[in-house]
Order: sequence, then C-alpha cells, then structure tokens
Amino acid sequence: MALDEYKPQKGGDELEQGHAFKYVGTRPDRPDGTDKVTGRARFGADITAPGMLHGAILRSPHAHARIVSIDTAKAEALDGVKAVVTRADFSDAIQPAPGMAGEMWNVLENVMAGDKALYDGHAIAAVAATSALTARDAVKLIEVTYEVLPHVTDVDAAMADDAPVIRDGTADKSVPPGLHPNVVRYHQSGHGDVATGFAEADLVIEDSFTTEATHQGYIEPHACLGILGGDGKGELWCCTQGHWNVQKICAALLDLETSQLRVTASEIGGGFGGKTTVFIEPVALALSRKANKPVKLVMSRAEVFRATGPTASTSMDIKIGMNKDGTITAAQGVFRAQGGAFPGAPMEFTAMCAFAPYNLANVHQVGYDVMTNRPKQAAYRAPGSPMAAFAVESVIDELCNQLGLDPLEVRLKNASREGTRASYGPKFQRIGLVETIEAAMAHPHYSAPLEPGQGRGISCGFWFNHGGETSVTLALSEDGSAQIMVGTPDIGGSRSSMALMAAEVLGIPYENIRVTVADTASLGYNEVSHGSRVTYASGLATIKAAEAAVRELCRRAAAKWGIEEDAVYWEDGYAKPSGPNAGDFEPLHISKITRRMGATGGPINGHFEATPEGAGVSFATHIVDAEVDPETGSTKVVRYTVVQDAGKAIHPTYVEGQFQGGAAQGIGWALNEEYIYGADGRLQNAGFLDYRIPVASDLPMIDTVIVEVPNPGHPYGVRGVGETSICPPLAAIANAVSAAAGVRMRNLPMSPPRILAALEEQSGG
Amino acid sequence: MSKIHVSTTINGDTAEFLCDPRETLLDVLRDRLGLTGAKEGCGTGDCGACSVTLDGRLVCSCLVLGAEAEGREIATVEGIAPGEELHPLQRKFIEHAALQCGICTPGILVAAKALLEKNPDPTETEVRYWLAGNLCRCTGYDKIIRAVMDAAAEMREAA
Repeated sequence: MALDEYKPQKGGDELEQGHAFKYVGTRPDRPDGTDKVTGRARFGADITAPGMLHGAILRSPHAHARIVSIDTAKAEALDGVKAVVTRADFSDAIQPAPGMAGEMWNVLENVMAGDKALYDGHAIAAVAATSALTARDAVKLIEVTYEVLPHVTDVDAAMADDAPVIRDGTADKSVPPGLHPNVVRYHQSGHGDVATGFAEADLVIEDSFTTEATHQGYIEPHACLGILGGDGKGELWCCTQGHWNVQKICAALLDLETSQLRVTASEIGGGFGGKTTVFIEPVALALSRKANKPVKLVMSRAEVFRATGPTASTSMDIKIGMNKDGTITAAQGVFRAQGGAFPGAPMEFTAMCAFAPYNLANVHQVGYDVMTNRPKQAAYRAPGSPMAAFAVESVIDELCNQLGLDPLEVRLKNASREGTRASYGPKFQRIGLVETIEAAMAHPHYSAPLEPGQGRGISCGFWFNHGGETSVTLALSEDGSAQIMVGTPDIGGSRSSMALMAAEVLGIPYENIRVTVADTASLGYNEVSHGSRVTYASGLATIKAAEAAVRELCRRAAAKWGIEEDAVYWEDGYAKPSGPNAGDFEPLHISKITRRMGATGGPINGHFEATPEGAGVSFATHIVDAEVDPETGSTKVVRYTVVQDAGKAIHPTYVEGQFQGGAAQGIGWALNEEYIYGADGRLQNAGFLDYRIPVASDLPMIDTVIVEVPNPGHPYGVRGVGETSICPPLAAIANAVSAAAGVRMRNLPMSPPRILAALEEQSGG
Repeated sequence: MSKIHVSTTINGDTAEFLCDPRETLLDVLRDRLGLTGAKEGCGTGDCGACSVTLDGRLVCSCLVLGAEAEGREIATVEGIAPGEELHPLQRKFIEHAALQCGICTPGILVAAKALLEKNPDPTETEVRYWLAGNLCRCTGYDKIIRAVMDAAAEMREAA
C-alpha cells in the first residue's frame, strides 16, 4: 500500500462466532481457469482497437542531467509518425510540494521528465506511429541536449555532505535540521527507555546491514491502450492493481474530469505492488489526444527494470539487548532507505515493522527517506518490512547463538500477543504469532537432522494488512444465479474467494456465481489491490452485499406468505418460515423468488460500500535449510517451511500459493537479485539474464502450514495473506546461510562473490 | 522496407502473412495473426512466456524471426486443447492451482507438453530443469511441478 494510505487498523467485532462453513475452506477450480490455460485470457498487451497506433518512449541515458532542449522535428517528419509528446503536453496545474504532499507532482515528474532527467531510464518524450517499429525508429530521431550533472545512487552516499542535491526543498517538516537536502522525510517511534534496557541486558549486540533494491519482477511488462478525444472523454485499458487510482491520476495529469475517463483493468500478469501506480498510461492518453487515434503502449523488459519501481535499498543499524534467559530488554534500529529521485521510500514501514513481533518494554526506531538518482520506488509486497526483519532477526539469531538459546524458544518467550503494546504504538488485538511459532516448533522440519555443510535459519515476520475504500455489487439473475462486480483486480485467484464467500451467504453452489472485475464506469470507487486487502475488504463487502440480497429475498418470501419479514430466515438457498408460529410454508428456493422478482418489487441486488478498518495484522514464522558450497560461494535452499496465520483460509490452495510465492521471491531477494549501478549511474542489469529471479531448478518444494487465528474484523475471520509471506525469508535464509558458512552475512544479496569474500575475510585471507 | 510473404502452418492450419524482416515470430503471432496466447515477458529469450514449438522443437518465439516460419509447423498454446476438452496438463494446472496471475502459464504449458512428449515419466528434477527457462514470479513453482508430474502420471495411465 502507498504510504499516504496507511491507517492503523481497529480490529472490530465483525466475526461471526461458530460459523459452520459449507463452501469457505474448500478448494474448487478457479472460475478463470480455462481462460488462463488456453491463452484466451486478455492481459494488458492483448487488446487492440480499430485504427490503433503504437507508442514508444525516449528515455534518458543519464542518471542526472539538465534537459537543455528537445528537438522532435526529425521524428515528426518520419513517415507514419502521428504524434510526439513531451512534458508540455501534460498538466501544468500540478505543483511540487515537500514530502508526500507533492505526490501527484512526483508522479507527473516520473511519468515525463520536466527540467531534469533524474535517473537512467527517465522518460523524456514519446512517439505514436502506425507501427511499433516506426515508433521505435522515430524515438531515435528525437534530439535531446543534456547538461550532465553529478549523480548519486547509494543511500549512504546520498546522505553525505558532498552528495549532489537532487531537488532542494523536497524535505518536509519531519526532517531534523542539519541533514543533507536529499533526506526528505524522517520518522521516529517507540516507547520505554532503551538506555535503561540496554544497561539491564546480559548481552548487547550492535550490527549494521544493507539490502539492495529488488524489482517486483512480474512477468507481464506494463501495457495499455488509451483513447482520448479533444472532448475530454477517454477510455483506457491497462494492466493495473487498481484502475480507479489510474483513473484519478491520469485525469489529474491530463486536466480531465475523472468521470470522463473510463478505465478497464485487464487480466494482470503479476504486480506485487509494482502496478499500484501509473507509468505509461498517461503517456498513451496524451499521445492519443494529440493523434486523435487509439494508442497502444507496451514496455520492454529493459524499460520495466529501468523505469518502473523497484523496492527501496536500505542501510540499517540494529542494537538489541538480551538476558541469559532470552528476554529482550531493549531494541533500537536506524533505518535509511532510498526510494529513487522522489520521496516515498517506505522507511516508516521498515521502522514500524522491525520489532513488531516482540513484546518490548524499551524500543526505539528511526527512519530516513533518502533521494538518489534511481527510478521512483514502488510498493513491493509488504513494502519495507522484509529488510527490517533481515536486520533485526539476524541480530536476534546472533544473540541466541552467543547465549546458547534455541531461536524459536526465544521468539516464543518475547512474542507479541493479544494486548501487547506494539513497537509502533497500538495495542494488538487477537493475533496469531504465538500459534505460528508453536506450529513451527512442532513441525518435523525443525527437528530434522542437517547434512554436513547445511545450516538452519528461522525468522518471524510481520505485516499490517489493510482495509481501504471498497465497493461491491451483487445482482441476482432470474434463474437464481448471481453475478458479483468487484473493483479489486484479481492478482492471484481472488475471484474464487469472492465466489466462495458469496456462496456461503446465498447458499447456492460456487459454480452458480460469476465474479467480474468491473470497470470504473460500472461500480463505485475501489482502492488498489494492495495491502493484502482483497480477500479481507472485497470479501467483507461481498459478504455484506450478499446479505443485503438475502434480506430482500426474505422480504419477498414474507410478502408471498403474508407474514412478517422477521419471521423468515435464509438457509442453504431457501427462504424458510422461522418456526411454527410463523406459519407452515414450503421452503422457497432462491430461483422461485428470482423468477418472479420483476413482478414482486423489481430486480434483487445487494451492494456494499465502506472503508473497512478491521484488517487484522498478520505474522509468519519460516524455517529454512540452506547448503553453502565453500568453493564457489553458491547457496542452495534445500528445505523451506512457511507457517503463517491466515485468520481463515477461504480457498486454502490459493493461500498456500501466496505463502509459497512470497517465500520464493524472498529467496531471490536474499540470494541473487539486486539492482547493479555502474559508476556512470546507469543500471547494468536491466534484463532477466543478469537480474536473476529464481527458476524452477533453483528451488525445493515449499512446505506450508496454514494457521487460523480468526481476525475479529472480518465476518469469517480473514486476514490478508499476500504480503506477510515475504517478510521472514530474507532473515531466515541469512540465518541459515550464516550458520552453514560459519560467517555472519550482513549484506544482501548473499551472492556467490559476497559469500566467498565473507569466507576469505573470516579466514584472514 | 518491403514486407516478406510467409506461408506456414499454425496449430495444424495453414496461415499466410506479410511481415517486416525485423518482426519476430512472436510479433507475427500476436499482432498479425491474433494469437495472443504467447506472451512477451522479456523479448530476449530469458523468460519463456513466448514458448511455442517450431517443427516440434521448443523455442522462444521472440528469438525467431517471423520470416523463419516459412514452410514450418508451429504449435502454440491455442492448439493444446484438442477440442472442447482440455489437455490433461491444462486440467491439472487448474486443479493444482498451478497459476496465480497466469501470464507465464501458456509458455509453461507449451514447454511441459514438449517435455512429456519426449519423456513421459520425468523425475521432479527433470521437470525442474526442463522448466528452468520458464519464469514464474507468483507460485514458487511448487504447484507447477506437482501439476506437471500429476498430468504425466495420468497420461501414462491413459496411454
């Protein structure tokens, strides 16, 4: 979720006690399965329009440069070129402002450079032409004069006194005086007195860690088709995690009325947070407006790496005190995160998540948001949390090693529970950390013997989860089947979960329900599919919408029977009189009511809209066995177990899938993946060959344990599951690798050269 | 630049098209023939989302020129299901939830089918190495491997 959308969740009392589930918890085939296995599903790049043009974008080769001039004459003269746009073709009404207050300007600046190119890959101009090849040729004809400026891409270097200033005046009021202008936001939180806590400890360990920027790595590059007329009316088809957000931003960037732009979300080929904002969508619309034709714009993989949001890179200092019995007496962390040439590195999430698994009397955390000449970071699965867990859980692991304590016993001893005051402020409601630790301890993996050269690591992890603005509409058909319109793009099988929850309420088979991701013109506002919110928030709204329809069904039955509405109840797809006093009527099936709904009061629909704030926070505990080859420095993950609290698993197979996917992405982040910048500030590995995400032969099967500690904020107890699964892996793998290699690994990724260097350093080589 | 006329066979049907010499087979399939099942994930042969077979051999269609299709036989994901019924691999992918977003699925199905035609009884390791050229970012591969192994078992029984 975006920083400005974070809200502390209040929990709540939505939970239906003692619910006996008929559909929820089963594992039916996903409704879009056939489309997805036959090639029929339409993703971002799979749509065309009559008369369509193809777009291409010119990108800066420099990490930091003043744009002196842009000459588009030769490009415009090329046969087949229909439009060229630059920043002048976007709104000039949006003004910069410090910190996140200037986010709309930041997005505009990122979509199309203004006075300066701020990173290698920054968009400078765009072309629409009659073919993709012509558009690409035309881009090469645009002549840009740059005045190259000094650049900085490293977080610590960007804070140093002599670092080039990326944009003066970007820092907001949170930043203490005396810091470099590249430090644009500051956070601190905590409670107790850490100095006293450290003084009480039997052992205090202080250490520093770094993580590199990683990309979400979705296999589908950004793609869209935009149609915009001079009348200010437009259509946009795109792959996005949230099309209302796209609508809102594009309207602002192009001076349109929001409602006049209809946005349809295509099937989405992965997002993981990276498709929660816009990159090419406003550009396609600007080109379309200028050419007066539909324009399709598809990113290449290199563009995805260079110009869309990777996650932040971090530099962190951790200090933790522990007693001989394993009690943590105090903990503090300093978290520096760079998020590219704009404010927004999720350092407060890093700081807030760092110590959240533990019940601490004394805790303090500080965060710095630092600008560098890199692409604008975007959310990546629990933004900020995995890095914090890496640093904190590495130090706890080292404390356990030095004090001779079992790492899971220590986690259990210090674990946050219901009523614990979280390190970031609020009191936890009902949470399931203890249950995940106990399940991990009981799992055969934890007691299995290790082979020589192998090490075992464990880690806990935490994520907030999110509610967010949500609208759902359910409509009954004359035959008693149901169609549901949700506004949260389905990024991992959520249509299945919605259908299961609706089936539970309506009492009709799962197969009789069709769930559609509605376009912006067909449903009320929906926040992006992010913050692990979809099964929680759209699920809650689906349940409430279905309940509204059921109330109306009961009213129709009551009217038919001539009894009071409250004398009718709903069970297994039938309206039934509530008891002998209500009268003796044959139960009325849903289809009998819907068949006559036009004549008995009109169509029967249910809808629900709200901003639910009861998303339950979630915890996980991971166990990893890793094997390190001391000759090559390469690491093999040989066994992996994920234990996570799902609250209630609506479709357990897809919950397992989220657990496994998060673990696999974490393995990539821990072992291989990193943005590598040269001294020239250019990204050196903008492709899947050199930016290596895990492949099938890199990984073992990933075992999963679903723990279910119901979230009181959801009728069925759902907690989001998508993000927490990536919080523990970096730390768990680092602990396993450190154990296997016999040397503490403090810098990610633990690539073979880094491991060899650490081994050499340790042996005095 | 003048275009090249190409006659080829796709999923058993004859097809003709004109293409620019620079266009890849993937471009032609998607943009000229309307077969958008094959996906472009990288354009450099690293992700396998565009996998098709060319005269029975598994290739990345982004690394083959459209003009090279002349006189060849191409098979894409659109041709895997024999008719109304799905191929066992397709059924097992749905049943095992071997896809989350589904963008890599067409390429993986084409690759897995090519594997099982060569080796009807692969070990887990063989499946993992055969599919190492097909990136999936959602699943961690666990359910994909299980689906392929299960489909192979079912196909062996039926054979």
